[in-house]
Amino acid sequence: MDLNLTAPVLAVVAKLIAGPSVRWIDSQPDTCQRVYFSNHTSHLDSIIIWASLPKHVRKVTRPVAAKDYWERGWFRRHLARSLNALLIDRLKVKVHQSPVDMMIREIGNEHSLIVFPEGTRSLDGVVKPFKSGIYYLNKKRPDLELIPVYMDNMNRILPSGEFLPVPLLSRVTFGPPIWLEQGESKPDFLKRAREAVLRLKDL
Amino acid sequence: MPDFLLQLVNLSTPLAQSEGVRMLDGSTGILLGVVIGCLLIATGVGQVLRKQPDSSVNPAIVQAFIHRVRAWWLMTAILAVTFLIPTPVATVILFGLISFWALREFITLTPTRPGDHRTLFGVFIILTPAQYVLVGMGTTHYELFSILIPVYGFLFVSACIAIAGDYIRFLERVAKIQAGLYICVYAMSYAPALLYLEKWINPNYNSTAGLLFYFILIAQLSDLLQFVFGKLIGKRIIAPKINTSRTWEGFLAGTAVTAVIGALLSLTGATPFNAWQSALMSVVIAVMGAAGGMTMSAIKRDRGVSDYGTLVEGHAGVMDRVDAICFAAPVFYHLTRFYFTELPQ
Repeated sequence: MDLNLTAPVLAVVAKLIAGPSVRWIDSQPDTCQRVYFSNHTSHLDSIIIWASLPKHVRKVTRPVAAKDYWERGWFRRHLARSLNALLIDRLKVKVHQSPVDMMIREIGNEHSLIVFPEGTRSLDGVVKPFKSGIYYLNKKRPDLELIPVYMDNMNRILPSGEFLPVPLLSRVTFGPPIWLEQGESKPDFLKRAREAVLRLKDL
Repeated sequence: MPDFLLQLVNLSTPLAQSEGVRMLDGSTGILLGVVIGCLLIATGVGQVLRKQPDSSVNPAIVQAFIHRVRAWWLMTAILAVTFLIPTPVATVILFGLISFWALREFITLTPTRPGDHRTLFGVFIILTPAQYVLVGMGTTHYELFSILIPVYGFLFVSACIAIAGDYIRFLERVAKIQAGLYICVYAMSYAPALLYLEKWINPNYNSTAGLLFYFILIAQLSDLLQFVFGKLIGKRIIAPKINTSRTWEGFLAGTAVTAVIGALLSLTGATPFNAWQSALMSVVIAVMGAAGGMTMSAIKRDRGVSDYGTLVEGHAGVMDRVDAICFAAPVFYHLTRFYFTELPQ
């Protein structure tokens, strides 16, 4: 592995800007294969979750991000590569090249993922209904632990449409893992997953 | 462009001149020694109390006492170390960082709307550093430093929010940001500004670091004493809905004992005050400190939290520690400047 300073340096800068306090409620950091799924309000979300993990967990954790955004300009491309991000083409989703298949192929037996099941950043901070990717992901790989994550205050630090951050304080809460239950329907599971994230807000 | 550079050089000269201010002088050393002596005794008492059986002393109170003593050690150590650096700029930067963090906590707990984003950016990244740069330039910039935030800052905040185009709860949002800026940044900046006071009426006095340390000490001590006496003899709560631990008895007894300690501390020579002047100043600091504590409690109650550090697990925030200093600093600075230094004609 080559010397890669961009991601750790950016993690420190992002932490200084967003001042996150990290909580693990009924779960512990671990290098086992996981999918961290979180609410999404800010471009800082991926790097803050990534930076909130212990170093040895970071190494195996890859954020999932939109290709159309992260391939524009060399800096974003460089950053995406530095974070070992998994870029998904939102514009050309094909039947035989579905994002879920690609994720499963890319993580192999080693990596964990950071995903935002809302699909895009929420403008008003209200958590939108989840898209179905997380359901298919867990259906095809039932061994993955799904860890809900709630990020507090990020929409005030760097909201959608702004490029200058305001250095307030934020909070990242990791919750207990959930799995797809036997025979659970897609809408039921997505609803339960969303509630697992929302529940962390008030704990 | 050369014009601009020239101005910059002109602005920075007072900064270079002010390095003549001696930081850790004899009187400050004596005051520090007294405080460290008291802390050693308090630490010893804490250790003895911890070894007592639980039946004779309440272990929770002993634990709280030991924590307080530890916090005082930390505070004293930080101030002593910054005083060792032979320029007041280090102390100004320290207070600037405390202001920045306190404002962070204040705005984090204060609901703002997306339209306030750019205003907040200006408040954090431009106004807050600018205020401390002006403080660091010394008394030559007293006029600008004393009006930057309450005049220009407040105009900037209201106009900037209006330009953002969101009129919902306009006055409320303007007031919230202005209050945060005023308490956390403007009022607080008067504490390090004490270091730059000069032209003392008493020509033998030149120990501004000692004056700052005396001020912080009295402010923290009065807060502690009012709390302790409130627990011991407190009956009539001042405002039950705001803060149940602040009582009239605690306030009066705490202020009185603070005045006595203040009078004794004037003997160290760290202040330009004689004993009764020092006692009066201590009363002023204690009263303003209590006012600050009450005000910040009222804001916390309104937001439904018990500490400013609620978002940070298990800690009271920076704001909870400095509320007394914020309210007492401008009054202490002005009284000292008006009555103990020669004002420019």
